[in-house]
Amino acid sequence: MSQRSLISKAALFLAAMVTGLPMLAHAGEVPYPTIIEPDQHFSADQECVLPEDEMRRNHMELILHQRDKTVHNGVRTREHSFEECINCHAIKGDDGEYLRVESPKHFCASCHNYAAVKIDCFQCHADVPVRPSKQHNQRSQLKHHDTLRTEKNLSSQTLKLLSTKGKL
Amino acid sequence: MAEINKDLDQGRRSFLGSAGTATAAATIAPGVFLTAPAAAKPADQAVSSDNRWGILIDTQRCADGCNDCVSACEDENGWGQANTSEEHSNELQKSQWIRKVSLKEKTTGHVTSLPVMCQHCETAPCVDVCPTGASFRRDDGIVLVDKHICIGCRYCMMACPYKARSFIHEDLKDQKPWAPRGKGTVESCTLCVHRVDEGGTPACVEACTAENHEAMTFGDLNDENSIISRQLKEFGGKEIRADLGLNTGVRYRGL
Repeated sequence: MSQRSLISKAALFLAAMVTGLPMLAHAGEVPYPTIIEPDQHFSADQECVLPEDEMRRNHMELILHQRDKTVHNGVRTREHSFEECINCHAIKGDDGEYLRVESPKHFCASCHNYAAVKIDCFQCHADVPVRPSKQHNQRSQLKHHDTLRTEKNLSSQTLKLLSTKGKL
Repeated sequence: MAEINKDLDQGRRSFLGSAGTATAAATIAPGVFLTAPAAAKPADQAVSSDNRWGILIDTQRCADGCNDCVSACEDENGWGQANTSEEHSNELQKSQWIRKVSLKEKTTGHVTSLPVMCQHCETAPCVDVCPTGASFRRDDGIVLVDKHICIGCRYCMMACPYKARSFIHEDLKDQKPWAPRGKGTVESCTLCVHRVDEGGTPACVEACTAENHEAMTFGDLNDENSIISRQLKEFGGKEIRADLGLNTGVRYRGL
């Protein structure tokens, strides 16, 4: 192929790109993943353990941090527990059974498939709820940093009542 | 006035304290003790070397042919019969966290039966040889595999004198959330660490007690008033392969 024909072909391609791009942009917007909302929330006034945008960016940090604390130090707080993520976010399919991670509708899969980020959590961990959440009974027994956020939200009368009953 | 009150309170407190100790140490009959269960550690508190968890197994009470501890472990931690997804591995490859072993003395024909699992050594050979730090000993004496770090080299399986560890050869499904296990990693008895952290008892001990075999006692070896410590003090307890000097957390009576 001569150099001239190569240049002309390149010019044609460029022209096609320049005229075609705006058409593409109008034809369809970037598709977003379908994210299924969980049935339950962390608390009455809080959807998840952190605001949604923080969870989207940093959920892996929370899970990683909690994983080392749990395996090596036996810290079993439920707030950032992987099991509690599943307990809240798992959804049931049309057959009434919880969707497994192989399903594109599984909460984790729905976003990770879209972002093409492979997760190996579920090679070992359960991808569906197995036992009822322990979030709430544990929160009422904890004294330290894990309840600070919720204690702030309680009225002084409620706090007084809880402390006399030994629940704080 | 305030000082008088303080003195009175202190007297009362020390009286209650001594009364409490007396009750805590009450012995009904040899080998039968009364104690209040230890309070569970708060969930956000790290384990400490104040505790050293262990199991004392009375081989005189462990019946030959009884498999209750093994099936309780299977159900609790989701291996063996309790997880059917390990279907391609043969019997020698399949995971085994706890097994029943029978010893027959040739001259008398006397059979001793005992469960053998991870012995939770103080100086664990598996921890020594692990090249990645995945095999580790918690501060409270429980020996575990951090499967996030395990590369599946199986040095620990070779180092363990008790054949306590298994390797998972194939993809698994339906694991228990409290006992994650997966292909390419080594695993063994965790002393039901998820239960112990919440003040509970390992599933094998619980099953043995529930069936009234009473052959297994779980407790804190560092607490001299715990049932296990007092039984060990009164009756003694041997380590398997004591010659290795591993100071195991699992001890046997009548061996």
